[in-house]
Amino acid sequence: MLHTIKEVFRSPKFTIGLAIFVVMLLVVFIYPLIITDDPLDIIGLGTFFEPGIYVNLYDGLESKTYVLKLEDAAANRIASKLGEQERLDIQEYLLLAGVPEEEIDIEDTEKLLELWLNNYDPTVRFPGSTSAKRKYYARLDASLDGLLSTEAAIIAVKNEETGELEEKSLVKQDDYVNVSKVANVRVLPLGTDNFGRDMLTELVSATGVSLRIGLIAGLVATSIGLTLGLLSGYIGGWVDDVIMFITNLFIVIPSFVLLVLISYSIGQEQRGASTVAIVIGFTSWVWTARAVRAQVISLRHRDHVNLSKLSGHSVAHIIIFDILPYIASYVVMAFILQISSGILAEAGLSILGLGPKTTDVPTLGLMMNWAMIYSAHIMGKWWAYFPVIVVIALISFSLNLMNTGLDQVFNPTLRD
Amino acid sequence: MPNQTEPLFKAVGLSKEFGFGRQKTLAVNQVDLALEEGEVITIVGESGSGKTTLAKMILGLISPTGGEVFFRGEPRDISTYRKKLAYWKNIQAIFQDPYSSFNIFTKIDTVLLDCIRMRGNGNLPREKKREMMAEACSFVNLKFEELTNKYPFELSGGQMQRLMIARIFLLDPKILIADEITSMIDACSRATILDMLMELRDKIGMTVVFITHDVGLAYYVSDKVYIMEHGKFVESGTPDEVILNPKGDYTKRLISDVPKIYEEWDLSTV
Ligand SMILES: Nc1ncnc2c1ncn2[C@@H]1O[C@H](COP(=O)(O)OP(=O)(O)OP(=O)(O)O)[C@@H](O)[C@H]1O
Ligand SMILES: [Mg+2]
Repeated sequence: MLHTIKEVFRSPKFTIGLAIFVVMLLVVFIYPLIITDDPLDIIGLGTFFEPGIYVNLYDGLESKTYVLKLEDAAANRIASKLGEQERLDIQEYLLLAGVPEEEIDIEDTEKLLELWLNNYDPTVRFPGSTSAKRKYYARLDASLDGLLSTEAAIIAVKNEETGELEEKSLVKQDDYVNVSKVANVRVLPLGTDNFGRDMLTELVSATGVSLRIGLIAGLVATSIGLTLGLLSGYIGGWVDDVIMFITNLFIVIPSFVLLVLISYSIGQEQRGASTVAIVIGFTSWVWTARAVRAQVISLRHRDHVNLSKLSGHSVAHIIIFDILPYIASYVVMAFILQISSGILAEAGLSILGLGPKTTDVPTLGLMMNWAMIYSAHIMGKWWAYFPVIVVIALISFSLNLMNTGLDQVFNPTLRD
Repeated sequence: MPNQTEPLFKAVGLSKEFGFGRQKTLAVNQVDLALEEGEVITIVGESGSGKTTLAKMILGLISPTGGEVFFRGEPRDISTYRKKLAYWKNIQAIFQDPYSSFNIFTKIDTVLLDCIRMRGNGNLPREKKREMMAEACSFVNLKFEELTNKYPFELSGGQMQRLMIARIFLLDPKILIADEITSMIDACSRATILDMLMELRDKIGMTVVFITHDVGLAYYVSDKVYIMEHGKFVESGTPDEVILNPKGDYTKRLISDVPKIYEEWDLSTV
């Protein structure tokens, strides 16, 4: 027994799988201790803020300024407004406006801007230009305004009594603030989702909930499957007939269809994460039951079982002590797979909108569902769905890796 | 003599069919068998002749598909757990393959303690129970102190079969079925084990049913020999009748496999 456990840890596949899994567990447990925000808090007014460091502009203006003379500052400033794409768009517009092609040099910023200022007219509609395109050019025009100016910007406050603007300070082009001196800075490593929630906090919390769903679903499925498999395999006769009838019934109805039907009939309000987990477990025990039954049937006529009978042991004792330990490794493996398929089933259900209710806790499936409903994948907001897919894949991968590792230890014929 | 007391165990027309349709095999076919108290019988037959199947039916581990079984003159009733328990207090077995006879997750102590409990001595003080286990082990030349907290698979095949005999020592049954108990064991230990078993038989006076391929063993230890072919008893009688004057070709062939049959049987050389 002890030897087998040692052997299991010597299997590289199992160890790597376990390591990945443990790291995820640690993150799930430790992250909320450090970042205590509610994962469902809506902090961003707007959808899908990009990942990045968000610096409070007001506090930035109030902070101590430093002057840094940096050569490429102006070029960077222009480039951020007027990139390769914008220059091409301007060229396209100018051509439509009838500027001869040889006059346009998109590399020459000054000339290009001049042409733009002379030719851009927001009231003109070219044939075939969409309203989205027109709005885009209006935005571009606004952002280019004052791009080449070297004047300082004036910060003014309104005088409460007179209503006049009074100059308060000047922001010059080579003024800098030190981010660490700014009172309010928020790092959003994965940006925000469609509701304006911090994606990372939400993702960690969802991972925890999904693991719990997988665990509950796995426990439910494994215990139902194990109990029914043991009883029908060992006792046989009419008990076997009844259990096999039920099992076959569950086999002919695809479990996902059953899952969808049950989830639907429970109703959105009653579907907590645990309820969904139990329902998933309840629809996925079938293969465990069949496999356990097959193994028990091959065990029940073994001599050690006969000897146990001759030693006066009851059926319960024989099942627990003479059958169960022999199939324990298999059951552990089935359990691991059930966890992983439970997590996937929740994701599948949630994508269909039949997952746990959305006001309670986030789950990996719900996050996918939200990203999809708000077309994150079409708009290229990768941070809203890609990290979720990675986490789902990592969980599945680590659990399956552990399973393969165990399989190699318990099935010596698979060893290479 | 018709008015004699009933035999300890009697089977009439015992049959066992496996499978159905074209796969049907008649493993045991209409076997009649009676076991008197204290006698030693041997069932000899080639591989696949149905010996183990017959043994398991006698033990009540599998149910016959035909025939009747009587124990102490009454029809055997093992329909419930309690009745089975009562039956198995009287009839025990040692199986062919010691390596698969023990649960690999159960310690040797537990195996022996189960036997003490089976005899209804589960409530004895711990010290007394250990004493009994030590006595049983020393009967088969094993040291109990070296076996505690060990698992059966840590023993050799011969030691395991001796442990099986220690089990029988503690269980003190009326009938013991020994199904080819030495076939998986090297020649040296074989004689020791048979010796120990016969010594135990003399001590507790149980009926022993040897099941074997080995006609030599049958000749030297048993009161009665049954020859089994294709699930049927084809010849039976005292060793002298069956083995020295075989009638059927099958029996003759079984006997011709054992060249030393007319020499003095010396346990230490088998
Ligand atoms: N559970 C079973 N299901 C189907 N057929 C069986 C089963 N057990 C035994 N048989 C068949 O019954 C016949 C007798 O088998 P059995 O094990 O009783 O032979 P045996 O005389 O003990 O042989 P051996 O000397 O090899 O142990 C064989 O043909 C075997 O294939
Ligand atoms: Mg056999």
